[in-house]
Amino acid sequence: MRRALTFGLIGAAIGWHLSLVGMLEAFAGRWLIGQSLSLSSVLLLALLFSVGYLTGRHAADGRDLATTAVPGLLLGCALWALAFLVSGVGLRHIFVAASPALPGIVTFGQGPDVGGLLLLLAIGAAVGLVGGAANWIPAAPRRVVLIALAVTVLVGLLRDVLSPLLPSVLTGLLYSPRGGLSVSGTFIVFGLTVAVPFVRAMTAAQLGGWARVRPAGTWRQRQRALRVLTVLLVMSFPLWGGIFLSNVADFVGLYILMGLGLNLVLGFAGLLDLGYVAFFAIGAYSMAILTSPELGALALGFWPGLLLAVAITVLSGILIGLPVLRMRGDYLAIATLGFGEIVRLLVLSDWLKPHLGGAQGVTRIARPEIGPLVIDRPQEYFYLILVSCGLGWFLSVRLRDSRIGRAWMAIREDEDVAQAMGINRVTAKLLAFATGASLGGLSGALFASLVNSVIPQSFSILVSINVVALLVLGGIGSLPGILVGALALVGLPELLREFQEYRLLVYGVVLVVMMIWRPAGLWPEETRVRELEEAAEEARAMAPAEMVATGQDGA
Amino acid sequence: MLLEARKVTKRFGGVVALHDLDLQVQPQTIHSVIGPNGAGKTTFFNCVTGFLVPDEGEILLDGQPITGLRPDQIASLGIARTYQTIRLFRFLTVLDNVLIGLHQHVKYGFLDAVLRSRRYHQSERAAEHEARELLRYIGLAGQEHLVATNLSYGDQRRLEIARALALRPRLLLLDEPTAGMNPYETNQMITLIRRLRDERGMTILLIEHDMKVVMNISDLVTVLDFGEKIAEGKPADVQANPLVIEAYLGRGAASGLDTRAAPLPSEESVSDAAS
Repeated sequence: MRRALTFGLIGAAIGWHLSLVGMLEAFAGRWLIGQSLSLSSVLLLALLFSVGYLTGRHAADGRDLATTAVPGLLLGCALWALAFLVSGVGLRHIFVAASPALPGIVTFGQGPDVGGLLLLLAIGAAVGLVGGAANWIPAAPRRVVLIALAVTVLVGLLRDVLSPLLPSVLTGLLYSPRGGLSVSGTFIVFGLTVAVPFVRAMTAAQLGGWARVRPAGTWRQRQRALRVLTVLLVMSFPLWGGIFLSNVADFVGLYILMGLGLNLVLGFAGLLDLGYVAFFAIGAYSMAILTSPELGALALGFWPGLLLAVAITVLSGILIGLPVLRMRGDYLAIATLGFGEIVRLLVLSDWLKPHLGGAQGVTRIARPEIGPLVIDRPQEYFYLILVSCGLGWFLSVRLRDSRIGRAWMAIREDEDVAQAMGINRVTAKLLAFATGASLGGLSGALFASLVNSVIPQSFSILVSINVVALLVLGGIGSLPGILVGALALVGLPELLREFQEYRLLVYGVVLVVMMIWRPAGLWPEETRVRELEEAAEEARAMAPAEMVATGQDGA
Repeated sequence: MLLEARKVTKRFGGVVALHDLDLQVQPQTIHSVIGPNGAGKTTFFNCVTGFLVPDEGEILLDGQPITGLRPDQIASLGIARTYQTIRLFRFLTVLDNVLIGLHQHVKYGFLDAVLRSRRYHQSERAAEHEARELLRYIGLAGQEHLVATNLSYGDQRRLEIARALALRPRLLLLDEPTAGMNPYETNQMITLIRRLRDERGMTILLIEHDMKVVMNISDLVTVLDFGEKIAEGKPADVQANPLVIEAYLGRGAASGLDTRAAPLPSEESVSDAAS
């Protein structure tokens, strides 16, 4: 019961918060299914479900199950009270977001009357119970259903992005003309995402022994086919993706490139660099100064500009690396944070305005030319960025599996011992900074050319935070994790632009939840998993240590 | 003389951890440094390996001064060490641990690594061969791909020695190699240390608290107390030295004992004296 009350109160606090910061109202405009279910309702339902689920987590019997309705009821009351307060008393002079529309939104359209209260209580109790009952469902099917629900919401959200890509028959079937999915579309998407894994599980079970004898070969074949398909899809992306999606993909690619660069520094060598944006900015500004006719000096072509910009960034990586060599952990983080800000303030300053353009920045940056072909559309840049990411990936893998990568990992694990093993920490760290910087600089130079201008605002500390966050989300040190992290943290918000205002709030929540449930990241690196397993094992203290043999060489 | 310390002094604020210490290690010997807790043994190791710079005096390896060099430079001159508390790269594999020890001997550059040149392949293959060879020698064959932290305690100690051997050192510093081991593991370790000297011609400088081990394997024993050398000699001579017994058991104990018959303090009595 205490659990129920606690989670009910937490849920109520979250509900009030989301309402009063205006997130619910912003989301209410997004229809997911026709015009009957909006994103804000889904958010409230998800909240109710979560508190019910969490309350019932350690429930043993039916009586416990009944208590899972309590937090839902509590949350329902809280929402109704909020609706009542907003409509009756009016909170607008304190909370700007407490608009007259809010009571309707939080009460699922009923308004702050008796009917609204009853509806909220009924929905709260029911959804809370469903959430509580979800604990009784075995983990595998529960996962499937939850993923299917998430996919359905996502498909509904991405209506504007997806509908131009799909054949019109499919669009007509899936989406309602008034917004969001159509009812049949909802069932199709949800049904399919649920059915596929279930059918697969059932056929696997039916095939029994036969399936167990056969798979190695077919599995590999299927894997290969999947890989070929992915490559084809990625390669042809600009052809079917259109200008908007290509633009988004370009930005994701630039962040992947930065992620790969920072991963060398943070993931491999364990040096927490919070000022990574400095390299991005230096690359971009080098490109601008070298190629833009505005500053008059050089006006080089794209390719020499790109090479020089990367070279300059490498130098800056060494210069920034030198003074912070002796620092570790928190101190390094703060020092690099400072460097990031210094670079931004320098390019913003009036003092350097004749050379760097000041607050107006620099425009007319060179576009790449390959023979007679001038690359100036996002679709074409996509290939350039794709090749760069491939290069960064290649570099990362090759360095990881060499004495250089081993030296970095030794420093990450124990700097003193690494030195006692004959590793020169100065060269090892500078090499990490320099190679990491080169990828950041490459990303910056491509960015400058892509948007054809640089302005100081593009190089705020948020870029650094984004890159660190995408590494953490994907799993620090893991290369595939960078892709996942960049798609989730850069791609999704670009697609869902109207939520930009709440981007940081969502970031925060996602990162906290991740740290609790998947601390190693979405696609973790082996070494990191071991570290966290160890920590968990130590916490359990009495549990017998397991011998874990790893087939491949780790990390 | 492989290693020579001349009048080495190290102070931490007002505490004199090492005072005018002279120490000479002959090649191909097992030389133990013993002394009560806080006698300056580990400080001496840290001075030799370059993690601390002595305030006065100098340290020579093969007649060449090494004081003031960086730890990695000293490591590449041929001094390798293990630690009192095991300090493996715990989350890397056994093989990777040894490969990191081989860092100085795997010679190829950045471009070789990126392009996987012939040089890269040759060096990596040679390094892996050597690492596996070392692991076999030390008794960890077949565990190459285990994560270091999952090894048993004794095996972790062995791996630490294998990693140190990977530096191809001339001088091996072992800081309490049998600490926390059961008698069986201790015996194995004694055998291993002897084999290192006899089969590989290694010179070993050893800090040890277990007197059985010290008496058993040392060619020469140096006793430190409060940063000063109070005795040096063959194990039996040191064992009989009243100054040593006094350092371990206190003044009263030494005067009340018939030094000739006195058994050398075992670990228990040392801890008794400490408490």
